[in-house]
Amino acid sequence: MNFRMGAALLSLLGLFVSAYLYLYKIGRIGTLACGTGACETVQASAGSRFAGVEVALIGVAGYSALVLVSLASLQPSLVARRWPVALLAGLAGLGVGFTAYLTYLELFVIHAICRWCVTSAAIIVAILALALLELRASSRRQAA
Amino acid sequence: MATSPGGLKRFYAVFVVMALAGLGALGYLLAKPATVSIPVNVTIQPADTAGFHGYVKGDSTAPVEITEFADYQCPFCQTFATLQMPTIEERLIKTGRLRWRYRDFPLQQHSFSWLAAHSAACADDQGRFWDQHQRIYEGQAEWSAARDGAGIFRGYAKAIGLDLGRYDSCMSSGKFAGRIQASQEEGSRLGVASTPTLVVGGRLYQGRFDSDAIIHLVDSLAPRAAK
Repeated sequence: MNFRMGAALLSLLGLFVSAYLYLYKIGRIGTLACGTGACETVQASAGSRFAGVEVALIGVAGYSALVLVSLASLQPSLVARRWPVALLAGLAGLGVGFTAYLTYLELFVIHAICRWCVTSAAIIVAILALALLELRASSRRQAA
Repeated sequence: MATSPGGLKRFYAVFVVMALAGLGALGYLLAKPATVSIPVNVTIQPADTAGFHGYVKGDSTAPVEITEFADYQCPFCQTFATLQMPTIEERLIKTGRLRWRYRDFPLQQHSFSWLAAHSAACADDQGRFWDQHQRIYEGQAEWSAARDGAGIFRGYAKAIGLDLGRYDSCMSSGKFAGRIQASQEEGSRLGVASTPTLVVGGRLYQGRFDSDAIIHLVDSLAPRAAK
């Protein structure tokens, strides 16, 4: 298992977390397995939409892109290339920035923390870390 | 980065297993009988409170009005609703001496209070608020210990003869969350801090009540209110 594979598996996990939240948001799942009720508070707040789009749907789109890019980076024709990993790091970096904004909203505007959002935040940070580690490893291989 | 064909195969195997597990979990959740969650701390819209000032029982010309702020999961409210209210209804409300106004005041520490209040509001949508209200209080011991009260409330709705299609749609929309929130905030503004709290002529009465105390209160107020 290498960094790219790890990123692909984490992206898939993130895709399911965001899909779960989106299905709740559109009323297809009655309750969220959350425990404190804070997830419902966050999901019912104005912060659950960004530019008129459900944040969970943005998560579905973002993680889908990460799954596709990370799987593509594993193809034999691209496995020695650096750009797919750079693209992966760029997308994950955008995701971390967006997650930081959402976490700010949770802490200082909504005053509730959704544990599924925390899970997603941990996943996106881990994907970025793996992508950066892979970039560094790739630079070393090229230098060798 | 060197990845052996065997390593890539193992990765794809893990990926496919994860994908199937995730799809299976989501599929299970989608196939499960619908359950409901009512959002709390919602932003109140003008439409949530327009023309609505609580659920009212009794003659509009009754000389005394009592507003009750209560929580469906509060044990004292349950005792009051099931043991004291029948007497109050017989002796005061049905005789035209008292008008009763019920307001939701769901407490944060109760997991199903919002859901119960919303269930009663959805029954009100079909003109059966008081029936559902009574069933919910009578069944408090049953649903307050449940993992998910929504199915039990739905059972009450079915038992009192509500149109379940309309009820389900009402519950899943959460359309009365703002109304419940508004009721709770109004209670807080009036000084309500616990349940049940009765408001009579702007004065708050908190604690445990029995029907005798209410009858005595109405007796003392009725001549003054009738002037």
